[in-house]
Amino acid sequence: MSHISPVLWEFLVNWLKHFAIFPPEASTIAPYADALYFALIGMTITGLILVGCMVLFFSIRYSKTRHPEAVQIEGSTLLEATWTLIPLGIFLVFFVWGALLYFRIYNPPPNSMNIYVVGKQWMWKVEHPGGQHEIDTLHIPAGVPIQVTLISQDVFHSFSIPAFRVKREAIPGRYTTVYFEATTPGKYHLFCTQYCGTDHSGMGGWVYVLPRDQYKKWAAGNTSGASLAQNGERLFAVMGCNACHAGNSQARGPNLYGLYNSRIRMTDGSTMIANEAYLREKILNPSLHVPAGYVPIMPTYQGQISEDGLIDLVEYIKSLDSNYRLTQMMNKSELDSAQPAPIGGANQGAGAAPLPGVPKP
Amino acid sequence: MDSQTIATAPEEQLPGGVGRHEHPSFLRHHFETVGQQREAASFGMWVFLLTEVMFFGGMFCAYLIFRNWYHPAFVAGSNTLDITLGTTNTAVLICSSFTMAMAVFSAEMRRKGALMLFLVLTIFLGLVFLGIKGVEWHQKYVDHHIPGMGFSIQEFVHPTNPKAVALAPDMAEKTQIYFSLYFLMTGMHALHMVIGVSLLFFLLWRASRGAYTEGHIMPIENFGLYWHFVDIIWIFLFPLLYLISRYQ
Amino acid sequence: MSATIVSLPDQATATLPRKSFLNQEYGLKSWLLTGDHKRIAILYLVSITFFFVIGGILAGLIRLELLTPTADLMATDTYNKVFSMHGIIMVFLFLVPSVPATIGNFLIPLMVGARDLAFPKINLLSWYLYVAGGLVILGAMILGGVDTGWTFTTPLSTHYLNTHVVTAAMGIFLAGFSSIFTGLNFIVTIHRMRCPGMTWFRLPLFAWGHYATSIIMILGTPVLAITLVLVALEATLNIGVFDPTKGGDPLLFQHLFWFYSHPAVYIMILPGMAVISEVISTFSRKRVFGYTAVAFSSVAIAVFGFFVWEHHMFIMGVSQYSALVFSLLTMLVAVPSAIKIFNWSATLYQGSITFETPMLYAFGFLGLFTIGGLTGIFLATLGMDVHLTETYFIVAHFHFVMVGGMLMAYLAGVHFWWPKMTGRMYPEGISKVSAIVTFIGFIVTFFPQFLLGYLGMPRRYAAYPADFQVLNVFSTAGASILGIGYLLPMLYLPWSLKYGKIAGDNPWQATGLEWQIQSPPLTENFVEIPIMDHEAYDYEWLANKIEHEVQTVG
Repeated sequence: MSHISPVLWEFLVNWLKHFAIFPPEASTIAPYADALYFALIGMTITGLILVGCMVLFFSIRYSKTRHPEAVQIEGSTLLEATWTLIPLGIFLVFFVWGALLYFRIYNPPPNSMNIYVVGKQWMWKVEHPGGQHEIDTLHIPAGVPIQVTLISQDVFHSFSIPAFRVKREAIPGRYTTVYFEATTPGKYHLFCTQYCGTDHSGMGGWVYVLPRDQYKKWAAGNTSGASLAQNGERLFAVMGCNACHAGNSQARGPNLYGLYNSRIRMTDGSTMIANEAYLREKILNPSLHVPAGYVPIMPTYQGQISEDGLIDLVEYIKSLDSNYRLTQMMNKSELDSAQPAPIGGANQGAGAAPLPGVPKP
Repeated sequence: MDSQTIATAPEEQLPGGVGRHEHPSFLRHHFETVGQQREAASFGMWVFLLTEVMFFGGMFCAYLIFRNWYHPAFVAGSNTLDITLGTTNTAVLICSSFTMAMAVFSAEMRRKGALMLFLVLTIFLGLVFLGIKGVEWHQKYVDHHIPGMGFSIQEFVHPTNPKAVALAPDMAEKTQIYFSLYFLMTGMHALHMVIGVSLLFFLLWRASRGAYTEGHIMPIENFGLYWHFVDIIWIFLFPLLYLISRYQ
Repeated sequence: MSATIVSLPDQATATLPRKSFLNQEYGLKSWLLTGDHKRIAILYLVSITFFFVIGGILAGLIRLELLTPTADLMATDTYNKVFSMHGIIMVFLFLVPSVPATIGNFLIPLMVGARDLAFPKINLLSWYLYVAGGLVILGAMILGGVDTGWTFTTPLSTHYLNTHVVTAAMGIFLAGFSSIFTGLNFIVTIHRMRCPGMTWFRLPLFAWGHYATSIIMILGTPVLAITLVLVALEATLNIGVFDPTKGGDPLLFQHLFWFYSHPAVYIMILPGMAVISEVISTFSRKRVFGYTAVAFSSVAIAVFGFFVWEHHMFIMGVSQYSALVFSLLTMLVAVPSAIKIFNWSATLYQGSITFETPMLYAFGFLGLFTIGGLTGIFLATLGMDVHLTETYFIVAHFHFVMVGGMLMAYLAGVHFWWPKMTGRMYPEGISKVSAIVTFIGFIVTFFPQFLLGYLGMPRRYAAYPADFQVLNVFSTAGASILGIGYLLPMLYLPWSLKYGKIAGDNPWQATGLEWQIQSPPLTENFVEIPIMDHEAYDYEWLANKIEHEVQTVG
């Protein structure tokens, strides 16, 4: 992309947006996705022109009236090799390029802000760690990497934000994650793209990308009073978890302080990382993976806690880890230190920081 | 993949064309020679068995995945199956494969009486197998181990067998998956046995009319292939379902 | 110099052959209990067309609904049923059997020099299974419809719908066995019933294409069968294999389903490619360039097609490393198709090309399949697939390959072999118009959908944001044109049965064994089993033969 001048790029993007065949580029990876798209289009057009010209030219030049006698040609190994290896080579280039983009989309940087989304027929329930709850809308700050952890309460759904060029399936029974960093404040479509029944087409809404200070204001004004972790702490007591996970030496269950993201050794010798998926799985199917030194006496809470409750508990356990608390505090302070936006909303395309992803000359 | 021509040696070549009936009655008109017909039928049966492998393969795939995930549950579930009945059934099926092979041999030797005897024995052994299977399934019904029909995890959480390991309730719930797969796989196998036994009755009737002892052994041969296949499926099912870390 | 290769007998004196498979036996029973592969092919042709019309009407309803952004033509539940039934009928009751069961059934024995397929009774059984399956699916539709989408995604289909999921699944199960038996028949026939002299590399590429298709049919379809059984059991008895609350895994269904359904798309294109080989060769008067490469490419597509199914699941939380593997394999499977397109284009070089209707459809195939296939690369590219999957881009991609590709090839084949099957020519003028109308209608219908997809419009939406309306209106307009293109053959082909010109043995001056016998053929195909003493597409042999014989008709 370094050989496309930024001016030309902006022109191209604006022209395509104006003609509504192109969604806005509103995230850091959107330009990368679009570059890949243009390259693929280029390849397709080239291939089409190649085949089209061959067919057109040959059928005119060698039409029966012009060329009454056909010349029998068996083949040419050289040509076969050429048109095997060149397409293969081109496809492999796209394979590598696409793989790099894929890893970028699904591997968030460590300091991302976490948001949970529960999909159910037929709405998206968005839960911010600070305790803000939204339905079918998502407010996020610009310029901050966001990791969305998704799960479905019933059937497959798919969380799609075309302007960010990201999409991820929300699956019943397991967490999936996707990451993006919005660049341009604005309002963008949010869709469910996996057919999920009657109101599949209505299961969508809007993503509002706000400049950081406006996001701060929004977050402060929309909290339900308790953060997810606080809800989780309450659930922890109500469900009786502290009976075994008391955190003292006589406790029957492992200590949960500092557990999040640590590596745990299981009874069969294997190790696992205590991430969100592990924590959720332990609550629902405790005897599947038993940590070394413990016996499978933990009761299952399958059917007793909703996905929202599980998210609260997971957030609570995460908050017991000092590293996690630190990252959350740092994220929050970054937001706090954001400069107020200039009046008139001239933030389009500019923002407080230079947009990552825009090519430098 | 043969790149040779298919037509056989000239002396086997029958007078060409249609309408001249100087050929065995069992030679179908679209085949040129008896040899071609026999090879085509046999090949066709092998291809069909390949499709059956893929059919059962889907189930085996699901089984392997869940056994890997819920091994303790599979161990517990497996140990509630009656090993005596299972082993007997295995022996019964292996014997039935033997009687089937003997039936093919009798057909080749053009011994109608022997052929009918071995077909009857195969039918008998097949029915014994199905009968024992019925007994086993009834046992599972009585034990409340049929998912969807009053399934109970009591046996797994508080085992009566002193050698059994007690499972936590959530792992005990996973035995439902084991039993679902058990009934699915043995059920599908039993269905193939029922079809096989039905076909055996048909073959027995035709054999009594002398259809297979005049040199036309193809249907017996090909059915034998099918029967052996059903036997082999059981030989895989038996250890996979009955012998998971069996208590001594 | 005439611009056509068509060589018909003198119409003033020509008559259809006195005896042919159409009149050697009379009566309904002789058709419904036939073992003749040609009659079974005609039975399939009629029943497939019936289901195509139903599927087409459903498509029309979809496009009508999508004219406006709101769900105003029908309730969203109804729309969901309409697109589900459209998919199920078009995939399982039209595309999968289209070329193999009609043209393949008719021609494979003729092309290998046999009197019939290896197992005529199983062939007839396969037709009955197809009809039974089709009627069960129609029954599900009449009883109230199915709204799972043709992909039957669990747990939606097993636990969250009260429509006739199990009925539809069982209908597909039956139709699947029809497919398995057809494939089994083809494999045994091609292996064991080739006439003397017919080595593997003298077979027409049509036979190679159907051989490859049959491999997929017999290996893949049984997995669909067991998957549908599992769905039915899960829906009725709640066995729990796909239910996470019971320890099951909904992704297991995805793997099992796509393990068949991806190779299925190759079942839905290889026969079409097989037709294109024959058509391009005949209308360029040349052996297909790189015969061996095209033959092996067919088999390569069939084999590699089994290794790529996870590319339908890239965003479903599968391990990123597995996604890498499957993306790479998908890139590999695209290569043989590219090889074929280049080989066909190179066949035109130094040929002597005429533009009869089958050739026009073949050209349409070349262009549209190239676009459709290359847009597949967009989807195989991991990072790009994230944005494009589950949008109208996918809808456009598969319609380009299946409709722009396979359906055009099917029409090319029906037109090409119509004289052989019926003894009469279709009317050339209107058929050319029809081919062009179809091509234009297709592009106007489906090209805007690529744009809609990149914009982000999701699939299976009855209502959509108003900013997507313009492109949707274009698409519907195109669909009306496309509908005319499909309607015309349904009118002029039956017309030609009575009023078409008498075709004679070999109106196209083609080289295949099927063109050396009368049109329509005798029930027993050949008076004497031929001896194959020349290569496939041997136009010199043909020129020699024509010189040395007097052609008679009737």
